[in-house]
Amino acid sequence: MNVILIAVIALGFIGLVAAVILYAASKKFAVYEDPNIGKINEVLPQANCGGCGYPGCSGFAVACASGPDLQGKFCTVGGQKVMDDVAKIMGFEAIATDPKVAVVRCNGSCEHRPRTSQYDGATSCAIAAATYGGDTDCSYGCLGCGDCVDACQFDAIHMNAETGLPEVDDSKCTACGACVEACPRDIIELRYLGKRNRRIYVSCVNEDKGAKTRKECSVGCIGCGKCFKECPFGAITMKNNRAYIDYEKCKLCRKCVVVCPTHAIVEVNFPARKPKLAVTEAVKPAAPATKAPATSSTKAK
Amino acid sequence: MLKTFSIGGVHPEGNKISAHQNIRQAELPKQAIILLGQHIGAPAKAIVKRGDEVLVGQKIAEAGGFVSAAIHSPVSGKVAKLDTTIDASGYRKPCIIIDVQGDEWVDTIDRTPDLVTETALDSKEIIDTIKEAGIVGMGGACFPTHVKLMPPPGNTAECLIINAVECEPYLTADHQLMLEHAQEILIGVKLLMKAIKVNKTYIGIENNKPDAIELMTKVASKYAGVEVVPLKIKYPQGGEKQLIDAIINRKVGSGKLPISTGAVVQNVATAFAVYQAVMKHKPLFERVVSVTGRSVAKPSNLWARFGTPLSQMIDECGGLPEDTGKVIAGGPMMGKALPTLEIPSAKGTSGILIMQEKESRRLEIQDCIRCGKCIEACPMGLEPYLIIAQAMKQEWDKVEKDSIMDCIECGSCQFTCPAQRPITDYCRLSKAKVGGILRARAAEARAASESSKK
Repeated sequence: MNVILIAVIALGFIGLVAAVILYAASKKFAVYEDPNIGKINEVLPQANCGGCGYPGCSGFAVACASGPDLQGKFCTVGGQKVMDDVAKIMGFEAIATDPKVAVVRCNGSCEHRPRTSQYDGATSCAIAAATYGGDTDCSYGCLGCGDCVDACQFDAIHMNAETGLPEVDDSKCTACGACVEACPRDIIELRYLGKRNRRIYVSCVNEDKGAKTRKECSVGCIGCGKCFKECPFGAITMKNNRAYIDYEKCKLCRKCVVVCPTHAIVEVNFPARKPKLAVTEAVKPAAPATKAPATSSTKAK
Repeated sequence: MLKTFSIGGVHPEGNKISAHQNIRQAELPKQAIILLGQHIGAPAKAIVKRGDEVLVGQKIAEAGGFVSAAIHSPVSGKVAKLDTTIDASGYRKPCIIIDVQGDEWVDTIDRTPDLVTETALDSKEIIDTIKEAGIVGMGGACFPTHVKLMPPPGNTAECLIINAVECEPYLTADHQLMLEHAQEILIGVKLLMKAIKVNKTYIGIENNKPDAIELMTKVASKYAGVEVVPLKIKYPQGGEKQLIDAIINRKVGSGKLPISTGAVVQNVATAFAVYQAVMKHKPLFERVVSVTGRSVAKPSNLWARFGTPLSQMIDECGGLPEDTGKVIAGGPMMGKALPTLEIPSAKGTSGILIMQEKESRRLEIQDCIRCGKCIEACPMGLEPYLIIAQAMKQEWDKVEKDSIMDCIECGSCQFTCPAQRPITDYCRLSKAKVGGILRARAAEARAASESSKK
C-alpha cells in the first residue's frame, strides 16, 4: 500500500514540475503568428506549385497576411474565388485579375517542319537542346521530348502524337508557369485566357531571317511585318525577325490572322468567319482552322 | 608493369581501322566556311570584310579576349560573306565564307620540307608566336595553348607532359602524325620546354602503338630530358588529369587546375603545330583528320584545311556508306553525332567516325539496379548512378554536393552501364545547370561586395 502511495506522490510531483516548466517555456518562447495566416492557408488549394511566385501555399499565406494589400498577389490554381476569400479574411479589397493560360508558341508539326535528322539521346528537351538545334532545321522550335508534360502537376499539358507538339488543356491549366520554366526553348508563354477562351498569338519563336525560316518550316514567322502594319491597336512588335502580340493591348480583332502569309498567327476558339467576306475566305489559313477544333476537343474531355 | 591512372577506367575496343594509312592532302574545298568560334573561350573577331582578297595563312580574325585564339585563312580567294552556319554544336554560329581561288600562300611561310632546329627566340617570344599563330589544344578540347603556357600566379611548371595517348577508339590522327613527323614533334617539344622553362618532358603513348613508341624513343634519345613513357591501354588515359596521374603519379584536387601539380599537358599534335608556327612561320590552318568507320571504303588520315565541309572529306574516302546510322565528329566516346554533313571542319575536328546503322542505335533504357559498375568505371571517383537519379529529379543542389563539376564527360559510366542509362547525358546537363548556378552565385557575391564597398 505504502509503495503505491509513494509512487503516485512521486510521479504526481514530477508531473507537476514538468507542467510548470512547460507552461513557463511556452510563455517565454512563444512566437506570435498572425491568426490570419492559418485562416488563409485553409482556403488555399495546397497544390504547393509555386505558381504564385512564393515558396508553396504557406509562403503565399504569409505574404498575403503581411502585405498592405493584395496587389500583385494571385493564386493561379484557386483563381478569383480563392483570392476573394483571402481578401475577405484580411478585409482587403478584392482585385479582379484576368485568368491566364499556358500557350505553346510552335506550330511546327511533322507536316510543316520536315525532319532532317533523328534524335537518339535521352528523352529530355533540356538534354536535346544542349546537344543540338533539334531534329528539324529550325533551332528555335519545339523539341518534342515533353519536359513540359513532366513539369505539369495538373495533367493539363499532353503531347499530341500526330503533330509531335504539346497541347494545353485550358480547363485544367492553372497558369502556374511550371511548363514555362521547364521549356529550354522559351516556347511556352502565359497569356490571358481571353473572353470565351478566345486568343490570338504568334505561334512561332524562330529568330532566323525570313528566307531561312521559310526553308525550315512552312508555318514559321518570317518577320515580314505585315501584321505589325495591319494592327490598329499597336499591339504587335517586331524584334529579331519575329512578331510578338502583346496580350495586354490585343483586342482580338483578328486582322493580323488574315494578313499573315505563313499562318504563323493562330486564333483559338473563334467562330468560323462569315462567308460574305470573300477576300478573307480566300486566304483563310488552314493551320488555325485545324488548330481551333483540336483545342476545343481537348477541352471537351 | 606499365603505368596507368589509378581510379576507374574502361576498355572499349580499339578499332584503329585507319592506322598506318599515310596522311594524304585532302582536296581544297570550293568554298571554305571558317567558323569564328573554333576554340574554348570568346569567339574570334573577323578583321576581313566581304570582297577582301585573302591568302593562305593570312590572319582573318583576331582573338576576342585573353582566352581566345586568332584564326588564319586556310585558303586563298575572295571573302564571299560573313554569315552563320551550323557547327558541331548543332546551332548556327558566325563564320566567314571564302570562295577559293588557287592556292596562294603568304610568302613568309617556309614551305620547304627542311628541318629547322635552332631559334633565337626566348620564352616570351615563343609564347607570343604561338598566340599569334592561333594554336589551340589539338586533342579536341581546343583550349588556347598560350593560356596554358602562362601558369596563373602561385603555380610553377615543373615538367611538360606530351599527350600522345589517343585513347579514343578509332582515331589514328596522332599516331600517324608521330610516325611521319617524329623529328618535328620533338623540336616542338623542345620549344614548349623553353617556353615554360622546364627541363623534363614525358611523352605518354599507349601500348597499342608499339611502332610509335619505338620511333619516338629513338628520336627522343637525342634530346636531353625527354622521356617516352609507354602506358597501359585504358580509357580515358588521354584526359589531362588521368595522364598526370598515370605518368607522375600526382592527383589534381577537386576544383583545381592541372598546373597545381606542376605539370603542363600538351597534345602531340599541338607540339607539331608549335614547331610549324615557330620554325616555319606557318599559323594553324590545317590538321590531320581521321576518316574512319567499319563500313568506310577507304579509311584515311587526311591533312585537311579548316573550313572543308565534312561531306567532302567523306567523299574522298569512298563516300558515305549506305548503312550509315550516325556520323560522329571526334571519337565514339566523347565525340558528337552530327545533324548534317555540311558542317565545316575546325581546329578540334580530330576525326570523322561513320557508324553503321546497327551499331549506332542506342538500346532501350532500363531501370538502374544499383550494380555500381559506373562507380567503378568513373575516373574521377564520382557516383554516376546517384547523379543521374538526382538530375532526373532536378535536385541540382544535391548534384552539386556530389562534385558534378569534377566530371570530365568521358562517357565511361554510360559505356559500362548494363541498363544503357543515359548517365553521361545527364551529367552534362547537370554540369551546365550547376555551372549556371555557381556563376549566378559568384555574380551575386561580387555585386554584394561592391555594394558593401560603397
